[in-house]
Amino acid sequence: MAPLLEVRNLRTDFRTGAGVVRAVDGLSYTVERGETIAIVGESGSGKSVGALSVMRLIPNPPGRITGGEVLFAGRDLMKLPEEAMREVRGGDIGMVFQEPMTSLNPVLTIGRQITETIEQHRGADRVAADRRAVELLRLVGMADPARRLKQYPHQLSGGMRQRVMIAIALACEPKLIIADEPTTALDVTIQAQILALMQNLTRRLDVALIIITHNLGVVARYAQRVNVMYAGRIVESGTAEQIYHNPRHPYTVALLRSVPRLDRPRQARLDPVEGQPPDLTRLDEGCAFRSRCRFAVASCARSAPPLDPTEEKGHLSACFRNHELGVAMASVA
Amino acid sequence: MYRYLVKRLLLVIPTLFGAAALVFFLMRLIPGDVCLVRLGAGGATVTAQALHTCHVKLGLDKPLWLQFVLFIWGLFHFNLGISLWSGYPVSYEIATRFPITLEIAIFATVLSIMIAVPAGTISAIKQNSWTDFFVRTFAISGIAMPSFWLGIMTLIGVLNLSQYLTGREWMPPISYIPLLQHPLENLSAVFLPAITVGYQFSAVVMRMTRSAMLEVLREDYIRTARAKGLIERIIINRHALKNSMLPVVTVIGIQFAFLIGGLVVTEQVFNINGLGRLLVEAVQNEDYTLTQGIVLLVVTVFILTNLIIDIVYAWLDPRIRYA
Ligand SMILES: Nc1ncnc2c1ncn2[C@@H]1O[C@H](COP(=O)(O)OP(=O)(O)OP(=O)(O)O)[C@@H](O)[C@H]1O
Ligand SMILES: [Mg+2]
Repeated sequence: MAPLLEVRNLRTDFRTGAGVVRAVDGLSYTVERGETIAIVGESGSGKSVGALSVMRLIPNPPGRITGGEVLFAGRDLMKLPEEAMREVRGGDIGMVFQEPMTSLNPVLTIGRQITETIEQHRGADRVAADRRAVELLRLVGMADPARRLKQYPHQLSGGMRQRVMIAIALACEPKLIIADEPTTALDVTIQAQILALMQNLTRRLDVALIIITHNLGVVARYAQRVNVMYAGRIVESGTAEQIYHNPRHPYTVALLRSVPRLDRPRQARLDPVEGQPPDLTRLDEGCAFRSRCRFAVASCARSAPPLDPTEEKGHLSACFRNHELGVAMASVA
Repeated sequence: MYRYLVKRLLLVIPTLFGAAALVFFLMRLIPGDVCLVRLGAGGATVTAQALHTCHVKLGLDKPLWLQFVLFIWGLFHFNLGISLWSGYPVSYEIATRFPITLEIAIFATVLSIMIAVPAGTISAIKQNSWTDFFVRTFAISGIAMPSFWLGIMTLIGVLNLSQYLTGREWMPPISYIPLLQHPLENLSAVFLPAITVGYQFSAVVMRMTRSAMLEVLREDYIRTARAKGLIERIIINRHALKNSMLPVVTVIGIQFAFLIGGLVVTEQVFNINGLGRLLVEAVQNEDYTLTQGIVLLVVTVFILTNLIIDIVYAWLDPRIRYA
């Protein structure tokens, strides 16, 4: 059976004063039904732009989706008329954003912000929508849901607001939820609660989930598969196990070294990824990571390496030295 | 919220007192004397005797502090005193001039809200389109044109147009007829000054609406609304408009309050006997009591307008309502 979501060679540009920013530059990945995948990468690697592009929510101007396909349940979202796309947003695909403090409208009640989605997509009347909203708030673990409906966002904590966002995302029984750094703005104990809640609910309701994060620690616990993103494209893809224990791309290795890990002997120090993130207005045809890569060779400047299979099943890496570096990198990581 | 409002209402008293003191003493700093103006009107020489008699009659011979105490005492009884110039009660002088100014201010405000809020909103939604360009040009012109010039142009336009259409020149009536008595005549007198003032007013409100709306449209919760698949009309009407109205309400309030005391030029151009002209006359005549009365009225309007702004704010924004 075809995957639920297949992103193929997606490209999104921003026209700015400094030139054309190629924020998403040939992004490809797949999500199976009910599966949880992660997209990881440093700040500025195009994770958010990639997610918003799938939903066709890129502000234009300055942004523009310039190419690629997004096959969702058999349809190419890039070719849908705007009206049909609106049905997909909030109907088939829900979204949870990073900033719970600003992502809810301060002048509307929690209840209204949930029910309007239901009214929009289900044509439900006010009473039915209210009933569903109570049910949803209970589902995301909020006590006294009927009272919460009448409250405004400023009366809730960050964690509570993120629960509301999850309720909104789940409101119309979507097949997929895209969560863009859903816990980055929350404190650590709340982070774990929210992630556990999302894992729990998506499993129970059989909803696929894309967790976008720059925290590899998060990924290991919750995602079945991991896509590592760099300069607008996926550079390595595999199961969490493969990415952790047998990373094949020099960038993944660098990223792993920057995270404290409990399952390894304590390292002398944590290395942030060396060097500067690339200037996205000046990408050439070569590998975008080569200037920061200690394994770079001459061919890296000539063309960007494709995302090729490694010898492990389902494990892909976009590095010319994919095979020969396997052993070497395992020892560095 | 209610406690806040009560507190605000109680603050009105010291504010008014401060304004009263300020205007009382500032007026007396201006060199000149109402008795000199009155007695010397025809160029006659004024004898010291006559001047003294006049001072005694108007109570200006009393020590300054006593005059002030009497003025404040009067205020507590809602008694603004007698106009030093005309001899009529100040409240009567104001009552004859205030309605037309208030009416023009209200018309101008309503007119500009009706035009400016939709225009500014559309302009923001269709940023950099022809509509936006047109609205912005219209707004910039409104801000750039001095009101007396615009007023004169409007009058000349109406004269020529009526001449051309009916063969007879038509001018708006000069005397004030209350709205309820003769709606049509009243409106024809108020209409031209109201649109002249309202144009400038709406230009300011339009720019404010546009920029506030542009800012709100960049907010995260608008992105959330889009991600929910809401239709554009709901995104604008339900999610963006209420938030973008907060700064606009302030501008409208301040502009309205300003119109009450600041219509001097427009009233001059259209030959309207409003409050603005009365104030100028009162100051020129060294008419202390009348000036004090008018200034206090304007201050009161400012305070009330601010109070209304606060109430509207609370209505728009639950963060204020529940604070
Ligand atoms: N509206 C915009 N105008 C211009 N450039 C933009 C715009 N939005 C994003 N970009 C650029 O696109 C690139 C990718 O940004 P994106 O927000 O997707 O990064 P990210 O991976 O989500 O990072 P973070 O972890 O900080 O959220 C960045 O270089 C950013 O400067
Ligand atoms: Mg992001």
